[in-house]
Amino acid sequence: MATLGELERAVMDLLWAGQEAATANTLRDLLALSTQAQGGTAGHEGKDLAVTTVLTVLSRLEKKGLVERERGMRPHRYQAVSSRADHTAELMHEVLGSAPDREAVLARFIGSVTESEAETLRKLLGHS
Amino acid sequence: MFWTSYFLAVLAIVLAWPVPILLSRAQWPARSPFTAMVLWQAIALAGGLSMIGAMLVYGLEPIGDNLLAGLRGLAGMVLFNAPTTALGFWHLFALSAAALLTAHLVFTLLLTYYRIERQRRRHRELLALLASPSNDGPGTVVINHDSPVAYCLPGGARSVTVLSDGLMAALEPAELRAVLIHENAHLSQRHHLLLWAFAAWRQALPWLPTTRLAQEAVNSLIEMLADDVALKTESKATLIKAIAIVASGPSGSEGNRAVLDGALPLVTEGIVTDGIADGGISGASGGAGSARTTASRVSRLLSPKEPLPASLRAVVLAGCLLLLAVPTALLIVPGLLG
Repeated sequence: MATLGELERAVMDLLWAGQEAATANTLRDLLALSTQAQGGTAGHEGKDLAVTTVLTVLSRLEKKGLVERERGMRPHRYQAVSSRADHTAELMHEVLGSAPDREAVLARFIGSVTESEAETLRKLLGHS
Repeated sequence: MFWTSYFLAVLAIVLAWPVPILLSRAQWPARSPFTAMVLWQAIALAGGLSMIGAMLVYGLEPIGDNLLAGLRGLAGMVLFNAPTTALGFWHLFALSAAALLTAHLVFTLLLTYYRIERQRRRHRELLALLASPSNDGPGTVVINHDSPVAYCLPGGARSVTVLSDGLMAALEPAELRAVLIHENAHLSQRHHLLLWAFAAWRQALPWLPTTRLAQEAVNSLIEMLADDVALKTESKATLIKAIAIVASGPSGSEGNRAVLDGALPLVTEGIVTDGIADGGISGASGGAGSARTTASRVSRLLSPKEPLPASLRAVVLAGCLLLLAVPTALLIVPGLLG
């Protein structure tokens, strides 16, 4: 059985790849297809993945603010709140930006370097 | 009792202002970053202790010959409605200030922890969806981004080191190894605990010179400590190249590599080190704290100086011990003797 984390990842990959909102049923079928395409290891394939599991995964993703539900339609259709690139940009903004706690949240190999400082570095090392 | 409060107040002021300024200007921390790190922690702890202690001792002076007797007297007033006439306005003022400052420090420490943890959790959640595992060992992931970026996200067993595609493309295997060793040193030496404590210290008392200087110094000292770990297995030239390529950003990493390959043999053989170290520091003096960090890291690698002699390091460490022992003893020993 795939862990919830792995399923979250697989579901997000599908939602990011697809253009349109999808129902839990559609996503279940797509997940089953993709595991079969990979040779479908035991316990991983086909009907073993219940729609309720997919719904659990979707509600976890919804709580994390990654997925939204189209209201007023049954069955609910789900879609990604923003694209994969936007989320990567959000992460990188946290890493490269100057949020007040950033230095305590994560340790970068090189801290923010101002343009003049980068210039100095280049000059220093290019100077010969 | 009375003189104790004055002595503690003087100690608090000295540790809040002149001492941090002198230490932040000193050159020796780059030579022995570990010793300097211990000293900064002692200054912060002793500073906080003497600040609170001075006010406490002053406020309790009329009702006890020592801290313990005074606290017993205070408990009697608060809990059992003993007469409070012994305490004048300024005594009550000092006691309230001591209580408020203590609460403020503890509260800020917890709040900062909570905020940092929340940001890390969110970051880890997104990484779990966006990054793919790397071949460079467990706990290392690669994220799809063009800028050369490397960082680590501490979190006990869930700690993770993140590399970007841009970094993997720009660095040679040895340079990549140096980066990974550097980041893992942050994790294994628990640098995030220091960063947390000093971030909270600054958050709590942002107007105090010591808190800003201490945070900047600690940020730069942990980088030096991690660099030293990387230097145990990788060559200096490799580490400098890795730093320079990552620092010069996404624009023209290739061009920079060509320049570096030409310049570094000279640099590392000490032919062109004169002026580089000086230029590195003066050129960046106007920048932000982390910019200075990068410059001082590079100049430290380019023109290394001997670590402090063991005897001097022992003196500094003994000084740290005294710094903590003296206020503690002043507060507690009279009570034990009496």
